[in-house]
Amino acid sequence: MADPGTQHGFGRVVVAIYAVFALSASARSLYQLATKAAEAPMAYSLSALAGIVYVVATFALATNRPKLALGTIAFELVGVLTVGTLTVVDASLFPDQTVWSDFGSGYGLVPLVLPFVGLAWLRRNSTHAR
Amino acid sequence: MINQIAYTVFWLSAVVALVAAWMTIRHTQFNDAMFYAVSAVEVGTLALLGTGIAGVVTTDRHVAGTLLISYLVTLVLVPPVTILWGVAEKSRWGTGVVLIGMWTVAVMSIRVLQVWHG
Repeated sequence: MADPGTQHGFGRVVVAIYAVFALSASARSLYQLATKAAEAPMAYSLSALAGIVYVVATFALATNRPKLALGTIAFELVGVLTVGTLTVVDASLFPDQTVWSDFGSGYGLVPLVLPFVGLAWLRRNSTHAR
Repeated sequence: MINQIAYTVFWLSAVVALVAAWMTIRHTQFNDAMFYAVSAVEVGTLALLGTGIAGVVTTDRHVAGTLLISYLVTLVLVPPVTILWGVAEKSRWGTGVVLIGMWTVAVMSIRVLQVWHG
């Protein structure tokens, strides 16, 4: 089965992982913003942004939109690297945890690995299509 | 009570995740045994939802109730989605989806305990 689409095979697993993160990141940020937005507005709005990025990436992957997927996954990679570095350098910038804090260590480092998996899969997918 | 059920759900889903990982490596498709195993996890998450709601209502401690119940409801939804997706995928990645789903349940059941104990 060398079908490259997200309707089959490994692509379905990639979509499943993105779906889990879309759900957990956006649910967490909704909760944070609804209950304690004033405590750490920077961290919580970042959580919300991360949630939106995962939702769009999931949608793009599930509906086979490689350009949109590439854009969101690249943004996700930059996000996790930037926020990961900032939290390590100066923890006071983010008083509360986000998905991307400490390179996603609170989520088993999956947020750090996931964009690479997504990009590798997109790359393999596009070579298949040609 | 919540402790025992959450740990049972954790171990059960962790074991099913490991079996699913093994099946993915061995190119095994989603089968009946996998269906019953994920269904058993679903029964566990339902029990956890019940005791969780009862716990939030009856406890004297301050517990983040909304957060806890949103976790519990999500937990109940994961196994059915896992089964639907696993059955629909006619390759080894059907069990790959089960691995992701059960891993999610395992992690979330531990998060439930963290939220419950504050």
